[in-house]
Amino acid sequence: MAGMNRLPAPFGTWIDRTEKISFTFEGKEIEGFAGDTIASALLANGQTMISRSFKYHRPRSVLTMAGQDSNTLVQVGDEPNCLADKRRIEPGLAVEGQNYVGSFEDDKGRFTELVERFLPVGFYYRTFHEQKKSWKAWEPIIRRMAGLGKADLKADFHHSYYDKQYLFADVAVIGGGPAGMAAALGAAEGGAEVILVDEGAEPGGSLWYARFNFDGTHGSLTRAELAAAINGRRNIRVLSNAVCTGLFADNWLPVIKDNRLYKLRAKSVVVATGSIEQPSVFRNNDLPGVMFASAAQRLIRLYGVKPGSRAVILAANDDAYGAALEMLDAGIPVAAMVDLRADVPNTEMTQAVRRAGVEIIAGHAIQEAIAGPGKTRITGAVAAPVAGDGKLGNGGRNLACDLILMSVGYSPAAHLLHHAGTKFAYDTSSHMYRPDSVPAHVFAAGSVNQAYALDAVLADGRRAGWLAARDAGYSSGAEPPAPADLGCDGVTHPWPIFPHDKGMDFVDFDEDLKYKDLINGIADGFDNVELLKRYSTVGMGPSQGKHSAVAAVRIVARETGESLNRMSVTTQRPPYTPEKFAHMAGRVFEPERRTAMHHRHLELGAQMMPAGVWWRPAYYGQKSARDQAIRDEVNAVRSNVGLIDVSTLGGLDVRGPDAAELLNRMYTFAYAKQQIGRCRYVLMTDNAGVITDDGVAVRFHDEHFYVTATTSGVDAVYRQMLWWNAQWRLDVDVANVTAAYAGVNIAGPKSREVLKRVCEGVDLSAQAFPYMGAATAEVAGIPARIMRVGFVGELGYEIHVPASQGEALWDALMAAGGQEGISPFGVEAQRVLRLEKGHIIVSQDTDGLTSVWEADMAWAVAKTKPFFVGGRSAEIQAKKPLTRKLVGFTLANDGDPCPEECHLVLQGEEIVGRVTSAVRSPSLNKVVGLAYVHPSDGEPGKQFEIKVDGGRRITGVVTKYPFYDPDNKRQEM
Amino acid sequence: MKVMNCPLNGPRNISEFAWGGEVKPMPDPASLDDHAWGDWLFLENNEAGVVREWWCHVPTSFWFIAERNTVTDEILKTYPAGELFKDRVNFAAKAEKK
Repeated sequence: MAGMNRLPAPFGTWIDRTEKISFTFEGKEIEGFAGDTIASALLANGQTMISRSFKYHRPRSVLTMAGQDSNTLVQVGDEPNCLADKRRIEPGLAVEGQNYVGSFEDDKGRFTELVERFLPVGFYYRTFHEQKKSWKAWEPIIRRMAGLGKADLKADFHHSYYDKQYLFADVAVIGGGPAGMAAALGAAEGGAEVILVDEGAEPGGSLWYARFNFDGTHGSLTRAELAAAINGRRNIRVLSNAVCTGLFADNWLPVIKDNRLYKLRAKSVVVATGSIEQPSVFRNNDLPGVMFASAAQRLIRLYGVKPGSRAVILAANDDAYGAALEMLDAGIPVAAMVDLRADVPNTEMTQAVRRAGVEIIAGHAIQEAIAGPGKTRITGAVAAPVAGDGKLGNGGRNLACDLILMSVGYSPAAHLLHHAGTKFAYDTSSHMYRPDSVPAHVFAAGSVNQAYALDAVLADGRRAGWLAARDAGYSSGAEPPAPADLGCDGVTHPWPIFPHDKGMDFVDFDEDLKYKDLINGIADGFDNVELLKRYSTVGMGPSQGKHSAVAAVRIVARETGESLNRMSVTTQRPPYTPEKFAHMAGRVFEPERRTAMHHRHLELGAQMMPAGVWWRPAYYGQKSARDQAIRDEVNAVRSNVGLIDVSTLGGLDVRGPDAAELLNRMYTFAYAKQQIGRCRYVLMTDNAGVITDDGVAVRFHDEHFYVTATTSGVDAVYRQMLWWNAQWRLDVDVANVTAAYAGVNIAGPKSREVLKRVCEGVDLSAQAFPYMGAATAEVAGIPARIMRVGFVGELGYEIHVPASQGEALWDALMAAGGQEGISPFGVEAQRVLRLEKGHIIVSQDTDGLTSVWEADMAWAVAKTKPFFVGGRSAEIQAKKPLTRKLVGFTLANDGDPCPEECHLVLQGEEIVGRVTSAVRSPSLNKVVGLAYVHPSDGEPGKQFEIKVDGGRRITGVVTKYPFYDPDNKRQEM
Repeated sequence: MKVMNCPLNGPRNISEFAWGGEVKPMPDPASLDDHAWGDWLFLENNEAGVVREWWCHVPTSFWFIAERNTVTDEILKTYPAGELFKDRVNFAAKAEKK
């Protein structure tokens, strides 16, 4: 059978007894039912120890059964730090405990506890603050002993499927307990579209397991009513088994469900996240068998698991008595109620417990849980009379038990409210912090808002839902009244903290912090809760202070004599529960753009390279023959004819009466008098006079320019033009047509012959179509914009056609060049070709400070224009002496290695510049390059030092460029 | 993540927008001395309070103006640039200068 501690139906609402599931824990086979969590299945099978603690490696087990603590973190396969009380079992799951040395049962690390006095609070700060060297000695020990689960770096990492989805709602309700269900209904009745996010398998929250009257009927009937009403509402969508981990600006809510991160945006949010039970501090309060009353009730009602065989219940409110009745119904004897209150009030619940014959020991606390062998379970509780806040008198009693349930108070599960910026105030009557000022478009309801009595919770929820709907623009009927009595008094004890002389009285289970650690931290001077948090690490573990923050504030307040009213719990930050990187990452989308000829390049054996988001051919051929392939492509362009895909080049259509005026203002050159059918170089500077882009402007009409821009720069250029003209109000329209056009450059001495065969409607002769000429014509029947420009320095034509025709254009030109043996060439060959001509590439040969003067491009600046962007700054720059200059260079000894980009240019030991481009030119058979040098070395013939790889210095010689065809005869032929 | 209301596209996630700096219309470059030009170019007010800024809706390249409070992190209003920049800006020809 699936577990010796299993209870019969109707216990176990969330499990399906018809479906057995086997998995392993520490290699042992465990059988559970569908719907079980790892923790419920382990407890059902008598495996009480589930994990070991962070520092002392103490046995730990179920504390909340709600995924709120880190006492049940386990390793599942190669995934560390899984919440055993949340993670559902699956067939074949391999679960291991965490934080042990040797074996889980016989952990050598547990002896750390014996030397705990040598590991004082603030150990890291004390030990490593001034003696940084000692870290080296300690690091391997600490790395092995401390920490949570292990990331197996040798694991076979694979991509699991995680994704993201947007969701929108008028009203998002976070938390599907009674308050959240009522809020969802309240909002939906007003007509709002509602999304209800709930951690549980089905909404209901505490209605599933807690007692709201002596026979337990009130809760289940209320839940059934609410569930039926919600099911009848088409405008409520329920997200179950989903957790909202944060509340960000403008109600941006990450919701994690299975492998999906929902990005939920809501007009208004109701936070109905309930409250979190708070522990009592006593010796051994962390061991397996000590848990919250709510955890035991969850085990019984949701999973049909007996949490123990004999219980002692530490009580300070009515809920403890409800839990006692639950134990009795499940057949678990209750040895005694140990009630912190001297006078136990007469209520429906306490009377029922008395009637059942359970002993009530009033005015007592639990001083200590008695640990069994290996501390893997407890064998009893020591009850002692309360003699004052935190003080116990003589006359303790030993009570045999294997289960201690704590029900001494609550704290609002206020995380999301904290994220939203809510301020909290301490309520001296309820002894809890309550939301004081909730930001706009956020509403709190239920026990997070101090409503504890079920009727008050429902009323508060309905009201919050109504208010949230109105906030989102929906309202119907009158505003529901606020509940008269919240029922928050008498549920939380102000001081359930009973330190023990022998210690092991934990305030923070995550970080293994004992009462004394906090006292010592305060004594060390960290007497403010925010400081103490950082020094002692209280509240910094995975559960983010859910069970320790309030106790820490109480202790600091008492030690410093400060009033709790003037303090606050430390700010809880997102995420509410640990999130996986996988959820953050989702599916990794890396958008990429391919040109119209992409597949032709692949067919030709191109090695592709990224250029921004584009993919371009680097060269054609095998990787092993890379250098030869590039040389062959260069030679083909120089002596024959080559074809390169330039579709990625940016293209802007500038139209309107002010088209020339806009270019005049945006670029350094002059365009007003540019002739139709002619190209002109464009160089853009920003307002500080820094070169930002370049290209060519073609005038096709008086009021129409086609302007090219660099592949990576076009979007910024386009945006800049629009930004400036938002201020100038020129009569001009700019369209970014980059994606609309595919383009090629056919270049080489035989390019005219090849193009002639397919080009109609234009005379390509040197006289009719000279260098820097442009025309619209048909190429292979495709309407084309043809520009005679020469980036590579040979006779050549750039042909831009509608992108849909790009492949056809490519095919036509490759076919037309068949008899010449036309050679496709890639980006690498183009870089060599342009460098032989000394053409700069903006952002490779320029940087974020390069002025037109440094780049030696004064020729491109029109000096008589009224204005251009960067012109005023360029004037100022011109008055100042240059600090560097971009020059062409060759090597004094051409046998030296070819320098690489960013190799330093030195004057003595001073860095004065760097190499920006360099290549061994196949056409000239020597090294040529561009470099920034000191202005005093700027004249041709001057020598300068370059520090190459390995620290060696070689000598560069400033050389006038173009290096190849200095008279530009070839591009003009 | 905040939501910003684009005057052209309506409310969108702030990740769709690019910040374009404070709205500080360019003075006539010809009439400013070098130092004053440098101040205008490089110094920002960096106001704690209500600021008027350029924002661009990136997918549509639409520039507009937003007023927001940097202290309370509230976007107060957004409107097209044309509401502020109504007239064509002209620059005097160089020859007319001085």
